[in-house]
Amino acid sequence: MRANVNVKANLSRIAACKPWTREQIAARAAHDIPEGFYVNLGIGIPVHVANHVPKDREVIIQSENGILGMGPAPAPDKINPWLINASKQYVTLVPGGSYVHHADSFAMIRGGHLDLCVLGAFQVAENGDFANWSKSETDMPSVGGAMDLAVGAKSVWLLMDHTTKDGESKVMRRCTYPLTAGGAAKRVYTNLAVLDVTDKGFVVRDIVPGLTFEALQDVTDAPLHLAN
Amino acid sequence: MINKIVQSMAEALADVRDGAVILVGGFGSIGQPNALIYGLIEQGAKDLTVVANNAGVGHVGLARLMEVGRVRKIVCSYPRTSDPVVFEELYRDGKIELEVMPQGTMAERMRAAGAGIPAFYTPTSVGTLLAAGKEQREFGGRKYVLEQAFHGDVALIEAWEADRWGNLTYRSSARNFNPVMAMAAKLTIAQAQHIVELGGIDPEHVVTPGIYVDRVVHVPYGEPTVT
Repeated sequence: MRANVNVKANLSRIAACKPWTREQIAARAAHDIPEGFYVNLGIGIPVHVANHVPKDREVIIQSENGILGMGPAPAPDKINPWLINASKQYVTLVPGGSYVHHADSFAMIRGGHLDLCVLGAFQVAENGDFANWSKSETDMPSVGGAMDLAVGAKSVWLLMDHTTKDGESKVMRRCTYPLTAGGAAKRVYTNLAVLDVTDKGFVVRDIVPGLTFEALQDVTDAPLHLAN
Repeated sequence: MINKIVQSMAEALADVRDGAVILVGGFGSIGQPNALIYGLIEQGAKDLTVVANNAGVGHVGLARLMEVGRVRKIVCSYPRTSDPVVFEELYRDGKIELEVMPQGTMAERMRAAGAGIPAFYTPTSVGTLLAAGKEQREFGGRKYVLEQAFHGDVALIEAWEADRWGNLTYRSSARNFNPVMAMAAKLTIAQAQHIVELGGIDPEHVVTPGIYVDRVVHVPYGEPTVT
């Protein structure tokens, strides 16, 4: 844990730039998903990804509750009350979409059929470990499908805030919360930066305008590396 | 003549015993058989172990069953859903036991139970607290955790259409855990929005064949609300 004085400095550094919003984080990730990918979206910021996939790109979205070919939120007068996403919000089905039961849904997930899953996280570490289901051994734990997705999808991206509301880094040398999976995260989109998880640790792909690499490092527990 | 359609909730829930393991379909409130849950409250069985993806919302359905003190233990993947007020209070006061398992492991353990597979290895949860104390084995250089089949005494299912043999269809994402749970219990009870004639469901569209279903009760309640 960093000293409080540093945490306060972190908050003022972050306040000096304009962090990406949750919608902007989701939009950035959506634009990086290649044509033809089968993708699962977890709860939290990731569900917003469905609303930002470029219209000319065919990406097939899977939802753990048995939807393959999930579309964006419906117009208010077009709601199907039987059709919700993992966050229990109304969604749509695209032409070609299908419904399966839970064992089949997780066969897709665990069986290596998804190209990518996009999840939220409490913490991520430079070795790709991440934590998103419990903040302590006494906290009410809620794992959902995260552990199945983390081991089953070919790639895992995390969408998360870079720090806690108090300014503590969530981008860590090692996770302190109970792990969801070891070494699974491949890329991290935060409100301050886009990071790749590589053999040498976090490589910075992009930084929010107004924040320098040095300032980003100051608010990040893990050492950061510049892309070549 | 086989006729699994029963005329009353009391008949549907007859002989559900105290201490039973009850599998409850649904993902949040969608596909959750609330009429059967209220019927179970009326029926009075207590000391239940309930298996459901979430731990109830607000004060309705599953939350109500917990609120009236019938549930000893809940097995679920995601209790921290929106507004789990009843569960949170019971959990905080130590009045309910919680077992959390990964959602896919939960589904597959019930599928295995229904398919006669006593146990299986899964990569899910390796290296985490949820694998603690479980046998591990390596296949092809990768670690896996041994998980056992999970049987229910009773499954409560929400279906869209049903016929007198117990063939079922589901509506959109309300399918979720229902077909898996229907396979995994000794006694499977379905509530259905529509009762159709035998042969009224296209055989290509039957999702749960009647062999898995014991009783069907007609509950044309209309549209669910996300609560």
